[in-house]
Amino acid sequence: MTATGTLERRTSTSRLRVDDLTELVGDTPLLRLRHIERGCPGVELWAKCEFTNPAGSVKDRAALRIVREALATGALRPGMRLIDSTSGNTGIAYAMVGAALGVPITLVMPENVSVPRKQVATAYGVEIVYSSPMEGSDGAIVLAKKLVDDHPDRYWYADQYSNPNNWLAHYHTTAPEIWAQTSGRVTHFVTGIGTSGTVMGTSRRLHELGPVRCIGVQPDDAMHGLEGMKHIPSSIVPKIYDESVLDDTIWMPTEEGWDMAERLAHEEGLMIGHSSGGNVAAALRVGKALAAEGRPGVVVTVLCDRGDRYFLPLKWERHYLW
Amino acid sequence: MATIRIPTPLRKYTQGQEEVQVAGDTVQAVLEALEQSAPGIRERIFDDAGKVRRFVNVFVGDEDIRFLENLQTKVAERDEISIIPAIAGG
Repeated sequence: MTATGTLERRTSTSRLRVDDLTELVGDTPLLRLRHIERGCPGVELWAKCEFTNPAGSVKDRAALRIVREALATGALRPGMRLIDSTSGNTGIAYAMVGAALGVPITLVMPENVSVPRKQVATAYGVEIVYSSPMEGSDGAIVLAKKLVDDHPDRYWYADQYSNPNNWLAHYHTTAPEIWAQTSGRVTHFVTGIGTSGTVMGTSRRLHELGPVRCIGVQPDDAMHGLEGMKHIPSSIVPKIYDESVLDDTIWMPTEEGWDMAERLAHEEGLMIGHSSGGNVAAALRVGKALAAEGRPGVVVTVLCDRGDRYFLPLKWERHYLW
Repeated sequence: MATIRIPTPLRKYTQGQEEVQVAGDTVQAVLEALEQSAPGIRERIFDDAGKVRRFVNVFVGDEDIRFLENLQTKVAERDEISIIPAIAGG
């Protein structure tokens, strides 16, 4: 296809013009990873480009559904603030949705979330409360619950780890999109577990649509560097997580995920976060296993967000406060 | 003695203790000494080449040792050393 042809195709799509920012959530492109899939001949590797969501991550889907449903049911009343614990991306997603729909947001984040995330969330005008950097996401969960208990009239607790609208967002959007974008050819869906919303919702719906094998990805150890992924055996288990939905789990070493994130930048031009690196590394493992048996496959994974959300502070910004 | 602050995912090696006191005049010496009181923890912090794993962040006070002298960073008597993990999901 010529460059002109590509442009014509793009300009003919109706989504280039919308009335409401939240309409830009979802309907993300599915991208074939042509360079990485050379490692598994005969198997196609595809990735959902969730970084194209308006607040930059897969979490926009869950945040939008959680806020909309809370407004629709009246659980989130005028004058109340939405509060939740977050490692960053859900917080930024709430911040975007909250600003667009006029809902004030309070986020509880571990103090060691990356500086760019704090800055992005702050730029949307949210209130941030920091929890101990030593306690990770679980410390933020505990602190958020305490704030809600202390001020039940001030806060509505969104509780992304227990809120069914988290996984329902993926059940109703991500899965049907993958099904349509692969024309029903998808054979495997592989993605990491954070709150488990993406893998639970997408897997449930894909299982209904066809014989799709759905595989969760977890870090291989409690002490890991796949930011955004959860090592379930050593964490507060999210209420929405149900292991029986999954056909398998891949235990991903941090180094393998980081190396893949680097490869994706160098070989595919995709500058994405480490959890996305872990997802693609796991998808490639699945692809290699199929190729070794001489079986074809269409393996789909998720690129959760862009890599620039994780840049280390520059040398002159190296002083940390906590 | 310096104080090492232990993050939640490594507390299984310290019998749940949040802080461990160890002697040593560099970060290297202190982290090596930590292995004595918390067997198994070394492998979680260092790679096979003996370097701090890329995703493990070690701080002396508020300063990342990458911006100081890495493992050779000097540790004074009452310094606080923190091992900071990545952040899990959501």
